[in-house]
Amino acid sequence: MESIAIIGVGQTKYERMKKGDTFADMIFEAVSKALNDARMTIQEIDNVVTVSNDFWDGRTISSMAVMDACGAFEKNVSTVEGDGTFGVLYGMMRILSGSFGTTLVAAHSKGSESKASLITNGMFDPIYQRALGLDAVTSSALQARQYMQKYGVSEEQSARVSVKNHGNARNNPYAQLPMDISVKDVMASRMLADPIKLLDASPISDGAAAVILASEERAKKIAQKPVWIKGVGHCAEAYFLGDRDLAECPSLEAAAKKAYGMAGITNPFQEIDVAEIYDAFSYMELLWSEGLGFCGRGQGGKLIESGKTQMRGQLPINPSGGVLSAHPVLVAGLARVAECVLQLRQEAGARQVEKAKTALAHGINGPCGQSHCVIVLSK
Amino acid sequence: MGKRVAIVGTGQTYHKSARLDVNGMELINEAVTRALEDARLTIKDIDAIVIGNMDHFEGINYVDTWSVDGSGGFMKPILKVTTGGTTGTTVAMAGYYHAASGLFDTVLAIGWEKNSESDTTGAIITAFDPIWDRPAFAGAVAGLAVEASVYMHQYGVTEKDAARVSVRDRKHATNNPHAHLKGEITVEDVLRSPMLSYPVKLLDMCPRTDGACAVIFASEGRAEKITDKPAWVWATATRHNYVYIGDWEPTAGLKTLESASKEVYRKVGIREPLKEIDVMELYLPYSFAGLSWIESLGLCKKGGAPRLLWDGVTDMGGELPINPSGGVISSNPIGATGLIRVAEAATQIRGKADKRQVPDVKVALATGFGGCFWSDIMILGKEKKL
Amino acid sequence: MGNGGQPRGKDSKRLRAQEAGEERGKAMGKWTEEVEELVHRGRIKVPYTWSVGEAGSRFFVELRDHQKIWGTRCPACKRVLVPARKLCGQCFCQTNEWVEVSDQGTVQTFTVVRYPSEVQPQKPPFGYGIIKLDGAGTGMTHLLSGSDPANWRIGMRVQAVFKEKRAGNILDIAYFRPLGE
Repeated sequence: MESIAIIGVGQTKYERMKKGDTFADMIFEAVSKALNDARMTIQEIDNVVTVSNDFWDGRTISSMAVMDACGAFEKNVSTVEGDGTFGVLYGMMRILSGSFGTTLVAAHSKGSESKASLITNGMFDPIYQRALGLDAVTSSALQARQYMQKYGVSEEQSARVSVKNHGNARNNPYAQLPMDISVKDVMASRMLADPIKLLDASPISDGAAAVILASEERAKKIAQKPVWIKGVGHCAEAYFLGDRDLAECPSLEAAAKKAYGMAGITNPFQEIDVAEIYDAFSYMELLWSEGLGFCGRGQGGKLIESGKTQMRGQLPINPSGGVLSAHPVLVAGLARVAECVLQLRQEAGARQVEKAKTALAHGINGPCGQSHCVIVLSK
Repeated sequence: MGKRVAIVGTGQTYHKSARLDVNGMELINEAVTRALEDARLTIKDIDAIVIGNMDHFEGINYVDTWSVDGSGGFMKPILKVTTGGTTGTTVAMAGYYHAASGLFDTVLAIGWEKNSESDTTGAIITAFDPIWDRPAFAGAVAGLAVEASVYMHQYGVTEKDAARVSVRDRKHATNNPHAHLKGEITVEDVLRSPMLSYPVKLLDMCPRTDGACAVIFASEGRAEKITDKPAWVWATATRHNYVYIGDWEPTAGLKTLESASKEVYRKVGIREPLKEIDVMELYLPYSFAGLSWIESLGLCKKGGAPRLLWDGVTDMGGELPINPSGGVISSNPIGATGLIRVAEAATQIRGKADKRQVPDVKVALATGFGGCFWSDIMILGKEKKL
Repeated sequence: MGNGGQPRGKDSKRLRAQEAGEERGKAMGKWTEEVEELVHRGRIKVPYTWSVGEAGSRFFVELRDHQKIWGTRCPACKRVLVPARKLCGQCFCQTNEWVEVSDQGTVQTFTVVRYPSEVQPQKPPFGYGIIKLDGAGTGMTHLLSGSDPANWRIGMRVQAVFKEKRAGNILDIAYFRPLGE
């Protein structure tokens, strides 16, 4: 695969409720920041991929709200409805096709404008599952319990993820929930659906992010500080929860295998310097770490206990604070990519991981991480 | 950088106003199975899937992950794209870009809609901005009616002229076993049909339909191994310019289509579309579009379209047949509609259009429409070219 | 302005209005700091009638009329899919055989819901479980109720409890009740 560069990134601050901003305002802010970061004008953007979700926005053509704000006027544009990492993947394809030299990918979401439970209930099949009243939290609880029971991962080990990530968020000016908490705090927080407690769960968030992709040729001409996409993979497994073994993540393994194959990575734990993965719930960071090959199956609990995924550890995971610290749906995956870019450029300020040369960004889609997208980046 | 891409197989359902015998996953599966049969492939040969529909019509969130049993997405790369009425062509372009990128050799693109499952107007109204446009606005028809009025005012085009478009498309549909509406109608029938929003009457307007379409794209090297009749994608363009209805400029013609067509004509080297293109499958959601929008495509000057219609230029047997499939006025499963235009254009090039085949098709054009006066366009050719 | 000198008539009026507007705009100064941020409330009203499909319909009819649970077998992988479906996604083929399964099964995983939401059919606390009914090859996601959640375990046996009045949908089974403690 020819190299694609990320040459500009922009994020808004993630907040519980951005009352003064419309979707378009947030996108304009993120896009403007990305253009500034890349020292580019909107005219130099060849095409645009927006990322939004009709349910979350309450609009059946959710992309319509941001067509002006993302600079799509008189440009080729498309819209991915799924996590931001999939938007980056599609934006890449459009450049690799030879049709465009640069792609702007911009995602937005306002969790504050509706009720998450109703919206995520919408992802359940209307015939067999919708009426049961499942939502993202209760379905993830089913996965958490199955995973933790099968592999002997404890709630305390899971809680450590939350402690680490909220703690890391103190170094991230964009994060919504920087917090200094302990395992005891997490264990004492209100139970939502066993075993997921309030502090095990990501918040409701508003925000937007944008990244600018460029072909190798274009990047060489205009980029100040390009970061290269070395490998990418995406894959979805079965849909009905009962058709899956929720303690396993075969689609993540497949996506990671593809991305690692392209990037020439054979030992991910050794070769990746920093990872931003989708911890919508604390147990997910453990499970996805296994699927990504950072440790063996069932070893996620031991991994967090080892300290190796802390800021000063061998492979810091979620130095930004992760999704637990800010969860604007769909944007969160794009934010993972943006954070990796900052890390590789040595521009991550207080959350900088030393000597970061290879990074991994990860996003999920569908119930209990049914679908995954893995992106490997390097300097 | 980049590979040339061809369409190597297509499949559609037999479109109906309500397919009560199947749920959404099963509807999708019908189209996918037919496309695989057409291409003589199995699901194992598919490297990636892209799917699209308009969420609020079926009320299902994250359709890419929900659909896997029907779409064949189990343990495969799958993603969803959606852009309102243009979704079908957006899906086609996504299928094209997946293959052109070189990352995936054989790509399955699926567009579908089960409009019977919801109140179409209730759902479509949510497309418009809730604070500025939605309170005053009324579904899809009103915007089109306003456009039609402007066109009639500027060029003296009549309701009778528009009716001729419906008559043409409905007549063409009689050759298409997949079409939803299968009866011929007359100009009188159209003029006497109930007024929806002046000057748009019931028979000027497209129906709402349950249906699905699947198209298989393959990159060069792979395409030629799959079929000896590939339809090559030559160029695509998109213009999704407007956000608020009031942003649209009230003059005749579809500016986004004009702009998009100029881009693809330039890429392909077309100067006289009427002469150089052999068949068109256009997303005409209502009759007046069949007049003003073909002017925007450069087939004739502004105000000149009625002449083309009445002279039979766009009928089967004419110089440039438009909508041999019967078009959107005959079948409208919204998320699939744009993809069906592409599938039909490809089928024409591949010589597989049976009774609706236009003879000797070398160049075909397909368009998509939706959102706030947005346009998509794709040109396909028999030769690999470019 | 075309005529070379001062604008006259309509042009002059328009220009003065424009200038006045600009002055007012300047006078608003840092308006974003003072503006009252409004919200607009609304709701999407889209009722749905989903086609269940033939396999799903038969499954529901059996629940409604006979309080029986049926699955469909995939000819390729031989799994009995419950709830019944026409398509086996894993093998991408149609199921071809109806197989009755038990109304008792084993819990693969469960959770106890502690917060209320409009979409839930019961008031918390109540449970969700994925239940492998005896004879089924896949798990069925449903509600758990009827005993103290403190005693619930993965691997526990449960029994379907049907509603008195059944309508032909997934909630014809009210919930699954854990057996014998």
